[in-house]
Amino acid sequence: MKKQWAQEIDDAELSEALGNFKASVSAWSEAAGNRQRTISVTVRHAWRRAAVWACGCLIAAVSVGAAMHVFHTPSRQQAVYVAPPQQTGKQVVPQKVEADVHQAVAVARQDQDLMATVDSDVSRQVPAAMEPLAQLMNESGTEQ
Amino acid sequence: MTVETAEQIDAQEFARIVESHRPRIFRFLLASLRDVDLAETLTQECFLKAHRNWKQFRGESSAMTWLMRIAINLQKDHWRNRRVQFWRSTQANSVDVDEASQWLPSGERNAEQQLLAREQVAQVWRAVSRLSERQRTVFLLRYVEERELSEIAQATGLSEGTVKAHLSRALGRVRAELKGRQ
Repeated sequence: MKKQWAQEIDDAELSEALGNFKASVSAWSEAAGNRQRTISVTVRHAWRRAAVWACGCLIAAVSVGAAMHVFHTPSRQQAVYVAPPQQTGKQVVPQKVEADVHQAVAVARQDQDLMATVDSDVSRQVPAAMEPLAQLMNESGTEQ
Repeated sequence: MTVETAEQIDAQEFARIVESHRPRIFRFLLASLRDVDLAETLTQECFLKAHRNWKQFRGESSAMTWLMRIAINLQKDHWRNRRVQFWRSTQANSVDVDEASQWLPSGERNAEQQLLAREQVAQVWRAVSRLSERQRTVFLLRYVEERELSEIAQATGLSEGTVKAHLSRALGRVRAELKGRQ
């Protein structure tokens, strides 16, 4: 078949080379176009997609783990910082309460002793006419 | 005619166009890129793009010229992206010039003629690989795809005068390569 451009080129060698070049490219593209490669390409893409998904999941898991770690670490530090005042508070407050309690107990005891003394003094001071009756009361009290 | 029937006719027409023009688009992209996988991928993209814009094709040029224009733009985009990203991988996937020149149709040639033809093809490939992107596109459209100058001008968006100038320079390079000059 006569080439469209053949009349433009007066150089026989160039014309022949261009003809061979076209024939070579056509033979190559025909052979390449007829080859079967669909399966290998599909498998490769599926494998790549799976790998990409696996990497994505791994990165997500690591990110979440790191975030959790970072989230929990400051609260521990906070606990460490907060603990000393809590502990000193615990030490200070019971001591004070204990002292107050001791003091209150002592006061109560003193009051009880005083009242007991007053009661006994008062109970002893009865008119002379009532003395036999008081003795009778003491005897009956000891009996109980 | 119902809308559904019109769409069916459109689909049938487009299927015919794919069947008849696909080998040429693939051949052009293969010669431009020297990468079989990439040429197949871009050929698929070309027809996908053409299908999406099929209703906008008004028939001002031939379907082949329209498809070739899409293919040229895809190729340009590819080179632009590659240049920015990682162009060496393309070079690695591209077939070597000497390997590409091994392909010859099984004709009635003796061993000596085949050897001579292979040598000529290798020389043309070497010259083509040194051409600029635009010169290479014009050269391949003219001497491999055998397009008219007006069609090349339409497909590339250049004037016919510019197309002629690019062809002249490209031919000069090939001639020099055949004569053993660079």
